[in-house]
Amino acid sequence: MAEVGSKTTRLLLLGLLLAPALVWLVGVILLPHLDLALLSFRERIGPGEFSWSLAQYRTFFAEPLYWDVFVRTAVISVIATGLTLLIAFPIAWTIAKLTRGRVSALLFAVCLIPFWVSETVRTLGWMILLRETGVLPAVLVSLGITDTPVEMLYRDATILVGLVYTSLLFMVVPLYSSLESLDDSLIEAAYDLGGSGWTVLRTVVIPHAAPGITAGCIVVFMLTLGNYLTASLLGGKNSLWFTEQIYTQFITRFNWEQGAAFGFLLLALSSLMVWLGLRLSGQKFADVMSRT
Amino acid sequence: MIPSLPRPLWLRIATGVFVAAFLVFLFLPLVTVAAFAFNDAPYPAPPWQGFTLDWFTGNDAEGRTGLFKDEELMGSILTSLLVAAWVTLLSVVVGTTNAFLMERMRFRGQGLLSLLMLVPLVIPGVILGISILAFASRVADLLGDVFGWEAEFLRPGLPLVVLGQVSFLIAIATLTISARLKRFDRTLEEAAYNLGASRPAVLATITLPYLRPALIGSAAIVFLMSFQDFNTTLMLVGADSPLTVMMYGRMRDGATPVLNAVSVFLMVASTAIALLLMRGDDRRRT
Repeated sequence: MAEVGSKTTRLLLLGLLLAPALVWLVGVILLPHLDLALLSFRERIGPGEFSWSLAQYRTFFAEPLYWDVFVRTAVISVIATGLTLLIAFPIAWTIAKLTRGRVSALLFAVCLIPFWVSETVRTLGWMILLRETGVLPAVLVSLGITDTPVEMLYRDATILVGLVYTSLLFMVVPLYSSLESLDDSLIEAAYDLGGSGWTVLRTVVIPHAAPGITAGCIVVFMLTLGNYLTASLLGGKNSLWFTEQIYTQFITRFNWEQGAAFGFLLLALSSLMVWLGLRLSGQKFADVMSRT
Repeated sequence: MIPSLPRPLWLRIATGVFVAAFLVFLFLPLVTVAAFAFNDAPYPAPPWQGFTLDWFTGNDAEGRTGLFKDEELMGSILTSLLVAAWVTLLSVVVGTTNAFLMERMRFRGQGLLSLLMLVPLVIPGVILGISILAFASRVADLLGDVFGWEAEFLRPGLPLVVLGQVSFLIAIATLTISARLKRFDRTLEEAAYNLGASRPAVLATITLPYLRPALIGSAAIVFLMSFQDFNTTLMLVGADSPLTVMMYGRMRDGATPVLNAVSVFLMVASTAIALLLMRGDDRRRT
């Protein structure tokens, strides 16, 4: 609206529009995170008395449990992201290139439906399917594959199933939109020039879909790393996911300093992976985020 | 189908099998949850004991409290609706002002600001939750020390839950609304100005009606994401639990099929919203 109004009204308008944005970004994002940083660098030395220290971070490195859970969370998240990409890619390809019109739209809609229902409900489904008294163990017994029902919950593989399941949507959507914009004639040309299926995939399709792949992987990795519900319900009660450690420190033990340090370590890991992902694929943050 | 591509029979069969297996994987948990809402047994586990509506309508007889008689659960649904309503209102309003700020204004530091607006989307929800929890109670302590005010709303509870969810949902609303505002044809507004319309009149009769699909779409997405949010909410709840936190607590303790009944209710409600939206605007983005 720059064409109309005097300079004062323009400034007033700018101020009015800027205010909510600043209240949000400064008041709800920036300051709380600064406060969390300060919190993580202090130590309680007496009732109501605090001093600067690195004690919280020292505890993290000195206590093998915390370190192990951190690494475990990171490794499982990387595996889950890779698996999600492997499963989602053929699906996105099918929707974007192998089907047309109504079939394609229908398949896409069907892929979205489960994600309109909350993660709690989906996790409840997996629990009923996989626990010892659940559906799949009963099926295995009746098929004669196992003699007694096996407990399928509380295993790493189960967590992976749950995490991949929860993440699929966030991979399918960006992959689909980047594959859809790939011109079919480019693929045909590559075949006409004698490229094999694998060569075409590697030299034409994947480079074109790179922004979508990056966007999907970044979002999925971040969501898995920060997941609480799936990891804690399918993974059992041992607090072996890092977000559970944060919860335990913050809410159960009321040790906010330690919890804040854990929170920052998780944030650092998550930001590092986002940065690495952007770096390796040569993408820009803003471009990638606008695809998700 | 790209017609000239060589696609051997085995590859076509493999694709078909893969897609079918994928769909089974996608819907198996949902179908299971729904089915066991109607099983005539005290726990959601096989074998099938016959059809019942007890888990919806049962009233304490035989120890079966149905969903509609479970005041705790019904209360938590209301709590979630209340939170989601506030979150939606705040996010869409701020999302709209943000969209105008980024698309219609030019000022120094705009690039940085637009980057900052994306940051909440890459911060894990748990961390958004704890940072707001810690900061709010620091502010509350400060208000208590300096002015002697009891700032109850800054202690864990629904106002903080709203604040926590708003912190990242505004970013989503901003993206959705900006995307549509960007495609707006400015000559329409100029024409209205030339015809003598005032600024508020142009906003009310031209720009906002054009933005309507994005406003409705982002409201629906934000409402749904607020209703489903768990990570941020868990860190900020006080005495009143929203539905997701309530369900989580019961799932840990091994609950009755009443949770399946709630789930069926949620599936029906969100499918209805989804269908309405898809009919309304095909270009909706997630």
